[in-house]
Formats: sequence, C-alpha cells, structure tokens
Amino acid sequence: MTVTVNGPLPPGSYDVTVVGAGVVGCAIARELARRPRLRVALVEAQDDVGQGTSKANTAILHTGFDAVPGSLEARLVREGSRQLAAYAAESGIAVEPVGALLVAWDEEQLAALPHLAEKAVRNEYGDARPVDRPELYEREPHLGPGALGALHVPGESIICPWTTTLAYATQAVHHGVELHLNSPVTDVSWRDGTHTLTTTRGTLRTRHLVNAAGLHADTLDRHLGHHDFTVTPRRGQLIVFDKLARDLLHHILLPVPTALGKGVLVTPTVYGNLLLGPTAEDLDDKWATGSTAEGLALLREKGARILPALLDEEVTAVYAGLRAATEQDDYRITAHPEQAYITVGGIRSTGLTASMAIAAHVTELLAGTGLDLGPARDLGPVHMPNLGEAHPRPHQNAQLVAADPEYGTLVCHCERVSRGEIRDALASTVPPRNLDGLRRRTRARAGRCQGFYCGAAVRALFEGSRA
Amino acid sequence: MPPFRIRPAVTRPAREVDVLVVGAGPAGLAAAARLAVAGVARVEVLDREQQAGGVPRHCHHGGFGTWTHPLTGPAYARLVLAAAARAGAVVRTGITALDWAGPSALNTVGPQGPETIHAAAVVLATGARERPRAARLVPGTRPNGVYTTGELQQAVHLHGQRIGTRAVVVGAEDVSYAAADTVREAGAQVVAMVTELDRSQTTVARTHNARLRHRIPLLTDTTVTELLGHGRLSGVRVRHRDGRTVQLVCDTVVFTGDFVPDHELARRGCLELDPGTRGPAVDGALHTSRPGVFAAGSLLHPVESAATATREGVRVAAAVLESLAGAEWARHTVPLLVEPPLRWIAPNRVAPGDDHPYVLRTSALVNRPVLQVVQDGRLLHKEWLGTAVPNRTLTLTAEWTRLVDVTGGPVRVTLTER
Repeated sequence: MTVTVNGPLPPGSYDVTVVGAGVVGCAIARELARRPRLRVALVEAQDDVGQGTSKANTAILHTGFDAVPGSLEARLVREGSRQLAAYAAESGIAVEPVGALLVAWDEEQLAALPHLAEKAVRNEYGDARPVDRPELYEREPHLGPGALGALHVPGESIICPWTTTLAYATQAVHHGVELHLNSPVTDVSWRDGTHTLTTTRGTLRTRHLVNAAGLHADTLDRHLGHHDFTVTPRRGQLIVFDKLARDLLHHILLPVPTALGKGVLVTPTVYGNLLLGPTAEDLDDKWATGSTAEGLALLREKGARILPALLDEEVTAVYAGLRAATEQDDYRITAHPEQAYITVGGIRSTGLTASMAIAAHVTELLAGTGLDLGPARDLGPVHMPNLGEAHPRPHQNAQLVAADPEYGTLVCHCERVSRGEIRDALASTVPPRNLDGLRRRTRARAGRCQGFYCGAAVRALFEGSRA
Repeated sequence: MPPFRIRPAVTRPAREVDVLVVGAGPAGLAAAARLAVAGVARVEVLDREQQAGGVPRHCHHGGFGTWTHPLTGPAYARLVLAAAARAGAVVRTGITALDWAGPSALNTVGPQGPETIHAAAVVLATGARERPRAARLVPGTRPNGVYTTGELQQAVHLHGQRIGTRAVVVGAEDVSYAAADTVREAGAQVVAMVTELDRSQTTVARTHNARLRHRIPLLTDTTVTELLGHGRLSGVRVRHRDGRTVQLVCDTVVFTGDFVPDHELARRGCLELDPGTRGPAVDGALHTSRPGVFAAGSLLHPVESAATATREGVRVAAAVLESLAGAEWARHTVPLLVEPPLRWIAPNRVAPGDDHPYVLRTSALVNRPVLQVVQDGRLLHKEWLGTAVPNRTLTLTAEWTRLVDVTGGPVRVTLTER
C-alpha cells in the first residue's frame, strides 16, 4: 500500500493518473482500482484527501429531484445516489434518511412547489408530495411562524462527507492505487503518448490523465490547451450549532429556489449537530475560505426566521467552503481522446452524491480514449469507523469496550471520542497529517468546547504517535 | 422523534450508591468530603478526566487557598481531592456520565464498560468552560494557534507543549491575565491584550504589573474582527470603537473568559435552566427543579473562584443530608430575576430564610451603584456598592429573604447609578 507525502515521486509511467483527491477524484481512483492490470496514481496538492470543496459542503445525499431533467448531472446524481447509499451501508459511512421539506414562506414559493413536484417526476423521483401548513408544523414544531406549506421529499438523506472521501481513498490504496499527497501540479505537457506532470515533488509520467482538480480544474485544463470553462469560486459560509440543538429539527429544511436565488438551508448532520447555510458569494480568490461578519449576520438573520430557537444554542464551528461554479449549470465532463485526457470540471455541490456515478462515467470515457481497462474485479470491502449518532459509537458497544478498554476511555468529551478511536485513526491506511485531519476522522475537538477540555490531550496523542 | 434515532439496548450492570456527585472539581469534591464525614456510607464522585481536581489542576498560578495558606491551583486540587478521599468518598476518574437512566440514576461509561448508577441523591458539579472562537462568531480563516485559556494552560502546564512565539490575548479580566502569564511562561511574547470594554477588569496592581513590568499593551474599546492566515495564524485584525483598524502580527491568539456552564447533563435531564446563567435554576439550598438532583459550583455561575465553589460544595452537602434524612423536596420558592445591566444572579430562586449570599454579574460598568431587591413593588432590600465592573463578582447579602412572600410574584434585583 502506497501513500507518500514527501520525497521525489516514483519513476516509471502510470497507466492513469487522477489529479485531485477530493470526493470525485477518490471515487474515480477507487473505480480504477477494480482494474488490477492498471497502474494508477492519485495526486493531491494538499496534505490530506478531501481538502478542497469536498470538506466544506452541506453533507446531503440528494435524490436529484430538483436537477435539470435530461442533464448529465441529473443522471449521475440519480444513479450515484443509489450507489452511494448502498456503499455507505456496506462501508459503515454514517447516513440518516431524514427526508427533506422545501418550505414555502411566500405565495411565489408556494406556487413553485407543484412545478418542483413535476420536475421530480421527470427526474424519475416519484415520492415528493405536498404538505399543508398544519402537517408542516406538526412535522416541524419549532419552525418559525409564517410558513405556508412545503414539499416533502422523503428520499433526501444526510451523510458524512469526510468518511465517504476517506473510504474511497482507503479502498483505492488497499487495491494498489498510489496516493501522492503534498504534490501540487504546476505544469503538464503531452508528448509521444505520455503526460509529464511537473509537481513540487518532481515529475510524474502517465499515459492517461484525469483532471479532478476541483477549483483548479480550469487551470490544469489550460495547461493542455483547453479553454472550455472558467471556475469561479462560490463561497458558502456555514454555521454549525451544538448537538443540544438537534431535537429542534427532524428533516432537512431546504429553501425553495426562486428567481432571487437558492436561499439557505437548515439541516441536521449525522454527527447530531444542526447546520445553517450556505451563503453564495462569487469571488476571484480560490483561497478565500474565511468567514465574514456580513456572511454570519446574514445566516443568523435567515436562521432566526426558519428556526428561531436555533439562535439561542451555542455555535460549535463556523466554516466556509468554495464551490466550483462555472458558466454553465451542468457538470463539465469532457473526454479529449487525442490527448488521452478527461476533464471532470464544474462538479457542484451535488458531486458528493454523484461521485460513484461520475467515477463509472469517467472510466467509460477513459476506455474511449484508448485505455485498455483489462478485466474487472470486485473490491474487498472497507469498514470505516462510524462517526454518526444514529448507530452505536464505539463507547456504546459494551462488547467492544470489554474486548478493548481503550474504547471506553473518552478523551474528547463533547463528541465522546475514545482513545481507541484516535489510536485507530493514527494507524489507519491514510492517516491524518495534522490535528484537523484527526478531527475529520474521529470528531475529536469538533464539539462545543473546541478543545477547551481535550485539545492538549488530543494533541499529545497525535504528537506521541509521530515521535 | 424518528425511529432510527433509538439507541440499541445495552445491557448495563447496575449499582446503587447513596450520593452520586458528577464532577471532581472543588465543588464536587468538597460536597463529597462533607457528606462522607457526616457518615453517608456510599458517596461516589465521577470525573471524565483522568485526574481529579477540575480546572485548578491546570491553573499554575497562585490565588487559591486562603490568605494564611496561599496555594497554587494544582496544590489546591490535591488538597480538596485528599480531603474527599480521606473522608471515605470514592473518587473515580476516567468515567463519563453519559445520560440519565431514571429520576436520580445515570448511565456511565469507562474503561470497565457501561454501568448504571442509582443514587438517593445526585449532585451535578460539571463546571464551566470558556466560549471558543467559533461560539464568539469571530470571522476569518481557521488556522492553528487559536486557544482558550483552558486549552492553553493544559498544553503548557500539563503537557509541556510548544505554543507560538507571539500571542494576542483576548480579554482583560483575571483569567486573561492568567493566560498572559502562561504565554510568558511558555517563552512566548504577549503582543497585546484586547478588550471591548473601556478598562481592564482586574485589580489595579495586576493591570499595572502587566503594562509596566511586562510591557504588555492593553487595547481597550477594541474588538477582534478577523483571524488571518492559512495553516498557522498570521495575525488578527482588530477594530477600535472609533473605527480605526489595525492588524496585529501574531501566531497565537487566546480567547479568555466568556464562560458558559457545561450543562449537557442538566439539559438532558430536562432541568429548568436559568436564562441568565444558563446553568440549572436553583434555590438557596441548591435544589434543582428535578427532585433528588442538586447542583453546585461553576455550573451555577460561570465562573466564580474555587473558594466559592468549595463553599458551595459544603453547602450542598448540608442540603443533601437533609434530603437523605427525609426532608420534603418541594420547597415553596419564587424566581429571582435580574434586570439589565445585571446579567445573572445565583442562586436564582428564593425561599424565605435562604441564608447564603448571592453572586451577580453586570454587563456594564456602573459607578457607585445601588442594588435594590423588590417583590411586587415592595422594596425588600437596598445596598450601596463600590464600582460594579463587568466580569467581576458582585455579592448580595441574603438577609432580606425572610421578607419574601412565596405566594407573590418574582423577586427582582436592579442595579442603578446613585
């Protein structure tokens, strides 16, 4: 199993190299791992997988009911949704099928609901149905006053986005994919049937190239002479509320999209928090992942209308992510057979849901660029640690604690993370490189105290493992 | 509640004790010591940390103990722990009280596995924490190098970890100066202390010592508006009340004070909370709204000194003893409310004859104020204070409580300028 973080990249040529270890790049690498004859590399600029757009999304497993019917995105979300639900169940990725309510707050939004229901049917989703005002308040008693009705979409779920990305990467690495972190690609050239990638860790050669560089997909595309699209980072700020707020909400509350934009949502997370956001700010800076006073004030104002009691609860985290918006709404997945090159661009917030279907689609396109995929195999399963509250956490499993008392020794008290889980994460196939990586893998320090109680102890465990 | 959130059945061994105390800080340990001395056979204290002693464990500064026996935090923690153990209380560390299993029973977990502990009385002494950066909604990036005092002190004093080289301390109250001391002990420089108020909120001596001896600038009327830097903190942007902004170059920032009670068990037990303290509402005998459940320490008033917590532990023990002896739980009490600029008062329910002083906090500085206690338009008490300073303790005597009419409306406390 190969995961590298420093030193020169390996010599020799790969059959396929995927640039970008976000949820999409990792899914593609995992899909290619089913082809034992291929030598595959996954190259990532940052020191961990899922560090770009993938780590700061709203963590929803969509049905695709509101996609543009007939679009590539609609198909891939629909297929990917089913595939990921099954994969999550098999791999231990936390999912909760809570269902969504699109809440109408004015007549215009109310009038839009039947159209959305029809659109859902055209997207092959038949379970959306209108909910009148009394039923809406019965379902969500803490909803702010003034809602007129809603569309219920029972198939929408919440999912752990970090575990998903990590599961793909782990399974890919288990099956021979070589993961190279800390390797930003600064240039690419195509000559005599070989791509030469220049990275800060030296060059890497590959016959076929997949661009899953997310926010930087347009830059990589231009190195190969394509000017098909421009990525405009769209910043989404989000506020995470303490899990003591969890009982205020039962469904994902989605805004009704109108001419004025998409609005903000309130959703439970699988970790038992409530999430409020995102904002939608088009920016120039692909590193502008800071929150702003204006953004937070806007979210609080919207949140006060949707779920007034939420604002009395403690905030456990604020974060901002950049979505890879392009000039078009649909995904930009393009094969360039003459260069043995596939661009996977413009993957918007639905990318998490669609990731497995995108991977299958990209693999087909690769075959069309002259790649002999060779025979396929079934992958051995991965078993990821459960970070969700809907299933027993390790400390709640009496047999597990009896077998290994480290699972009963809690270190992070707010999130109830045991020393055993931290130990396991530190020894995992794709281990964390810093405390943030450890937090994403275990939830340690992700709770309401943000390290007041456990921060130093968690850091000591992390540093002890590297000493 | 949707069905999928139902927890799987866990077979838990069950056990009974007389009194179960949650939290082995000064309040919990003092309560346990007093109860054990009074002859209660099975007094058990749980703490989720590996070491008992609570927050004083990592307060490596003086100011604990008494005038005649001054102590550091860790020495004080050892003292209260030794007293509880000597008296015969069982102190179990590394055990987390997860949730309620009955009216006065808790589910716990530790290395030995899950357990349900039933008790005749439960004392919640779960303490308080500082609000971290996110809860204060300070905008900016999410770099490393962002601390609360609690994390900073543990990093430096318990684990010997390196912090950065240049730190900004947010706050100018007692705990902020303790944080500044810890920064200096770790070999780093305090670039500035920043407070939104117009003055520091500690003693004159301490303010002068920091400014003149350690040359730490104090920026008053100033707010931290943004954290900067990717990976490691590179600076903080601050704004003065007059609109001027400046960027302070630093690699560490410590958010101090702004304490909130750690009230998870109280909330999961549906205890009535006081809107001011956000801790459980209690009367003068430290009864919560849940029969058999008492509360003490910083959970009730985020935060007061360890000495106050210890005194409260002793006081709650007396109430627990009465309860064990069969005293009626339902006392007749009325709410005790504060009006702005007061933020909170504790205890916050009152019965005639409650005889322990109250602690209060103000959100604004009031010079030479008068404190008045009124019920249904009837003045029960009036007293003149020195200056009322935010983040500093104000106290109110209890001698007026015998005048309270339990059939009347809430008792209100006001703070006004003379």
